[in-house]
Amino acid sequence: MMVYVLRRLAQTALVLAVTSLLVFVGIFMIGDPVEMLVNPQADQIERDRARAALGLDRPMWAQYGLFVRNALSGDLGNSFVYGRPAIDVILERMPATLELAVLAMVIAILAGIPLGLYAGLKPESLGAKAIMAGSIVGFSLPTFWVGLLLIMLFAVQLGWLPSTGRGPTIDLLGLKVSILTWEGMRHALLPAVNLALFKLSLIIRLTRAQVRENVLLDYMRFARAKGLSRNRVLGVHLLKNIMIPLVTVIGLELGSVIAFAIVTESIFAWPGMGKLVIDSIFQLDRPVVVAYLMITVTMFIFINLVVDVLYSVLDPRVRIDAARV
Amino acid sequence: MIRRLAAALSVTVTLLGAAATAVAAASDELVIAIAAPISALDPHFHNLTPNNSITKHVFENLVATDETQNPKPGLAESWRALDDRTWEIKLRRGVKFHDGSPFTAEDVIASFKRVPNVLNSPASFTLFVKPVTSITAPDPHTLIMKTAAPHPLLPRDLSAVQIIPRALVDAKTEDFNSGKAMIGTGPYRFVEYKPGDRIVFARNDAWWGGKTAWPRVQFRMISNNAARVAALLSNDVQVIENVPTADMERIKGDANLSVKGAVSNRLIYLHMDTGREKASPFVRTKDGKPMEVNPLRDLRVRQAISKAVNRDAIVDRVMEKQAVPAGQLLADTFFGTSRKLQPEKFDPEGAKRLLAEAGYPNGFQLTLHAPNNRYVNDEKIAQAIAQFLTRVGIDTKLETMPSSVFFTRGSKLEFSFLLAGWASESGDTSSPLRALLGTFDPAQGLGAANRGRFSDPGLDAMVTTAVTTVDDTKRRMLLAAASEKAVAMLGLIPIHYEVSVWGMRKGIGYAPRADQYTFAWEMKPGK
Repeated sequence: MMVYVLRRLAQTALVLAVTSLLVFVGIFMIGDPVEMLVNPQADQIERDRARAALGLDRPMWAQYGLFVRNALSGDLGNSFVYGRPAIDVILERMPATLELAVLAMVIAILAGIPLGLYAGLKPESLGAKAIMAGSIVGFSLPTFWVGLLLIMLFAVQLGWLPSTGRGPTIDLLGLKVSILTWEGMRHALLPAVNLALFKLSLIIRLTRAQVRENVLLDYMRFARAKGLSRNRVLGVHLLKNIMIPLVTVIGLELGSVIAFAIVTESIFAWPGMGKLVIDSIFQLDRPVVVAYLMITVTMFIFINLVVDVLYSVLDPRVRIDAARV
Repeated sequence: MIRRLAAALSVTVTLLGAAATAVAAASDELVIAIAAPISALDPHFHNLTPNNSITKHVFENLVATDETQNPKPGLAESWRALDDRTWEIKLRRGVKFHDGSPFTAEDVIASFKRVPNVLNSPASFTLFVKPVTSITAPDPHTLIMKTAAPHPLLPRDLSAVQIIPRALVDAKTEDFNSGKAMIGTGPYRFVEYKPGDRIVFARNDAWWGGKTAWPRVQFRMISNNAARVAALLSNDVQVIENVPTADMERIKGDANLSVKGAVSNRLIYLHMDTGREKASPFVRTKDGKPMEVNPLRDLRVRQAISKAVNRDAIVDRVMEKQAVPAGQLLADTFFGTSRKLQPEKFDPEGAKRLLAEAGYPNGFQLTLHAPNNRYVNDEKIAQAIAQFLTRVGIDTKLETMPSSVFFTRGSKLEFSFLLAGWASESGDTSSPLRALLGTFDPAQGLGAANRGRFSDPGLDAMVTTAVTTVDDTKRRMLLAAASEKAVAMLGLIPIHYEVSVWGMRKGIGYAPRADQYTFAWEMKPGK
């Protein structure tokens, strides 16, 4: 187990190195950040000053070398636009994105698994058909359109919820959290539902398919034949078995919700990382883009690791050992 | 992609919306949605319209500007040129900073000292303080500024330098972002800043300019067009910047809302490669071969291009009337424009005749390059122009790209024909004349954005004389004459002036500004 985890961490370092190089070269090829940053009215002297101040007057390999050296000591560079450490700029926005992602995943799981179970156990019922039809809709409608629909209905027409923005925050272990207050929850609800919709549909469909497959298997029949209560058969035997693929998917989806909530964040003017990174890409704010991708890659690798470990907990047949890697 | 999504969103808003139920807003707070995030609260860190628009609520300038960017008294009560190189500035008396300390000449000197020393500044304000070689204060309310060369634009430069208290001369950018150093003389005091989200101000009751309408003002950063419109419709905000053209009718039609627009200082124009004598990269013969001579150097060809473009159609259809057809470098209301210049009439037959006269009766091939995320409807405008040109025989292909790619390639002179925009921050024609049409010369600060490399020594001389003439009346005439010459030679082809549009609750009074600033203290509540 230990060897396995260590080896995974070594892989992480390699992936991070490759990512940083790709982003570096990519943004270098897109364009000149100075063109985006300086005031158009500025003369050549001011442009040269800005270029030197941002370290862009050196050749690319020298810039990358400096970046790697600083990165090894934990410094990912200063944002060109904000003039502050890129990592600070990102971490400042992270709680907003995290709370939105977690809320969305909670909604998706709490609604998705029961609905999926129902649809899997009673596939012919009208309710199940409605759920499945609904999940197709949830899959196919574009996020931005649904988001707008939600705003038009609940904020503009009915006036129940605020249209955009994040509510007041309170400090929780040093993190600024908004969803623990009533006002904050009111702000977070629409974007979270918007973000959850796709994941919800995915979980419903996955759960249903798993249930349909598992109810026919011998262990289920055996459990019923033993005379176990319905609740125990479903809640323990069935649920535990269908959780294995679900955990994988939920883990990966949590990662993608955190990293790619960009559309929802823009529509709801949610001050998270997604909006930041889009703006940074347009402005060629390379340190922020690089730092963001480093954080994202690390997060994905970490989630994958947790999923793998969870696997072995859920399914005793899966043994994590060095040989498996 | 994002742009397309945004366009689709706007349409959706229009389709879905019915009259919003008007919920009376708490009248002690005005909430304004701004269209772009700000990068810092430090008034000397990043010379960017969204930043300046916000920080000017807290920090003031010696010289303020009116809606059409003409200088008016700010912290300075008056200014005059003692001779060509010396200015005397009389400061307003009895002005206090938010911490109670009095405003004096020392604060101005400290502000000028801090501007060039801001660390990591991506776009410095140095260009506004550099012309001033010395500042002295004979008494606490008088300043003498000396410039190396005659510098009539000094008052306009002063309107760009925000004044901080002398105690903050060494303050860091972080001190402003944290709010600690947000001590100005302006109409609002700093309350709260959440990066990427909002800024909250409270009224400064001691402001010399009188009592402003709302005790609290909140600026929310909502860059998504559809979201900004939805926030206005749901009355979460009372004022929005940059109403998207697609939602204009929707907001105008709402009984609770109104729209206010003003012609901006931004010109949308075409730049042609007039620098290369041959082998301009994107000019080809009809059958796709490189051309021996560069046809864009021929004035008749440029005139043909100008005549071939139907500006009224672009303004009507593409811009939904949120633009004004352009016949010169800035709209007529600005300093240094000429009353004689009118937008070129749409004349496709005349264009064909001119092409034939120039020796291209069958036209040629051309590629138009344009950004697709920089100006209002930039990609659509470029599409229309490409079609107009193709109709008169210049087969025009269109290539659009994000502005980050566009400006880099454009500045490397990789294009033959491009569409771009220019906002004159000084509010007079000297800025486009120097930057877009001056012969490229970094040492002189000329032609910094001259991506067509147009060059005419006669025009350069006229402009140089104009910008060193301190007398306002004379300078106005010299600039107008230079504008006439520039347009006659078509170093660039003007298309239209953008109109900046604010959407707001009915009854809120606001005189829309040409410089696109959104100033809360100039807003008045309705009855």
